[in-house]
Amino acid sequence: MTLAILSGKGGTGKTTVAASLAVALEQAQYVDCDVEEPNGALLLSPRVAFSEPVEVLVPTVDPDRCNGCGSCATACRYHAIAVVRRKPILFPTVCHHCGACRIACPTRAISEIPRRIGVVEGDAEGRFLQGRMDIGEPIPIPILRELKRRMARDRTVLLDCPPGASCAVVQSISDVDACLLVTEPTPFGLHDLAIAVGLVRKMGIPFAVVVNKAIEGETELAAYCRKEGIPILLEIPYSRAIAERYSRGLLPVHGDEAWIGRFRTLYDDLQKQVLEDGAAAFRTAPKPGSAVPGRAEA
Amino acid sequence: MTIAVSSTGKTLDSQMDLRFGRAACFVFVDADTLAFEALDNAALAASGGAGISAAQAVADRGASVVITGNVGPNAMSVLTAAGIAIVRGEAITVRENVARYLAGSLTTIDQTVPPHSGMGGGGRGR
Repeated sequence: MTLAILSGKGGTGKTTVAASLAVALEQAQYVDCDVEEPNGALLLSPRVAFSEPVEVLVPTVDPDRCNGCGSCATACRYHAIAVVRRKPILFPTVCHHCGACRIACPTRAISEIPRRIGVVEGDAEGRFLQGRMDIGEPIPIPILRELKRRMARDRTVLLDCPPGASCAVVQSISDVDACLLVTEPTPFGLHDLAIAVGLVRKMGIPFAVVVNKAIEGETELAAYCRKEGIPILLEIPYSRAIAERYSRGLLPVHGDEAWIGRFRTLYDDLQKQVLEDGAAAFRTAPKPGSAVPGRAEA
Repeated sequence: MTIAVSSTGKTLDSQMDLRFGRAACFVFVDADTLAFEALDNAALAASGGAGISAAQAVADRGASVVITGNVGPNAMSVLTAAGIAIVRGEAITVRENVARYLAGSLTTIDQTVPPHSGMGGGGRGR
């Protein structure tokens, strides 16, 4: 199963959950898709065995052939080329690498050259993969594509997604079997969870929720999940002990059989509840007042 | 001489728009006659490259001066390459800004603001 861990809001514990699953499931592959600021390696301490550049194709102009007509600038959907005083000005970081400028050029003055935007790295055992985008680069999608191309096909894959619900998340969760949405019982956590729920429903991906920094008693978050028929498969308590261990780079599962067991159960439950019993129920919003199949009434 | 003013509306009495790439409109004013033409800024809703696109539009219409509030780095590159002077106006009418420019009381903008400054919400969305 390929499982994506996302959240909407940043800092809710995506990496904690994804890395804990990677520790608990001994053969799983962890993939850090948060290429702007990958940090799973801090918790998993992999031995990085390879680091390969990710390149995109950007235009270059042969000044001897260019007649300054401006066709390239007109063709560029992303405004990555301006032509003033019959001379092109290229903005490589604005370019989306589509090649339209090259096709549009009537004098064949444009060719494409590779430009590095980051790297993909991994260990020799195939248990760890991460992307790192170079500083100042705005477009992570080609790096995510490269990670998806390289991810394992023969074992469980855990995709630790970037925060938010924009292009980078959409690219990360495309074609996954299920999503785990990590949230926290705060107004911000709930607000952004609802956005992430809207995204995974729109994409038709089965999903469930993990609550991090969970507190005792009724919360708006619990009420929301109940109303929407979304299963909460694990609660990680709001705990000073967990935070102190985290500050030393330790996950709940490190050296703790009980937590390893809980994360294994989380994975099994997700596979069972979301994929087998109630996939249809979790793909789309339940009708108001209707019971959700596969889930006991509260 | 044509002066392009980033504007919130399409008349000489519209207030200047402090944003360049994400301005609502551009008002092109003939410095001698004050005859003007206004255009919607096609770059306003662009997902990216708004400054580049707006600068291209201003250059294509033959402006030799831009009066605006803030200019990003990419727009600055294009305007500079086009030989267009960039001067800082205020959030008053297009007409008053042009008058001040012609009286020599507006200063040149030589510093850019960060990319996406005109998008609201403090920058780039995620």
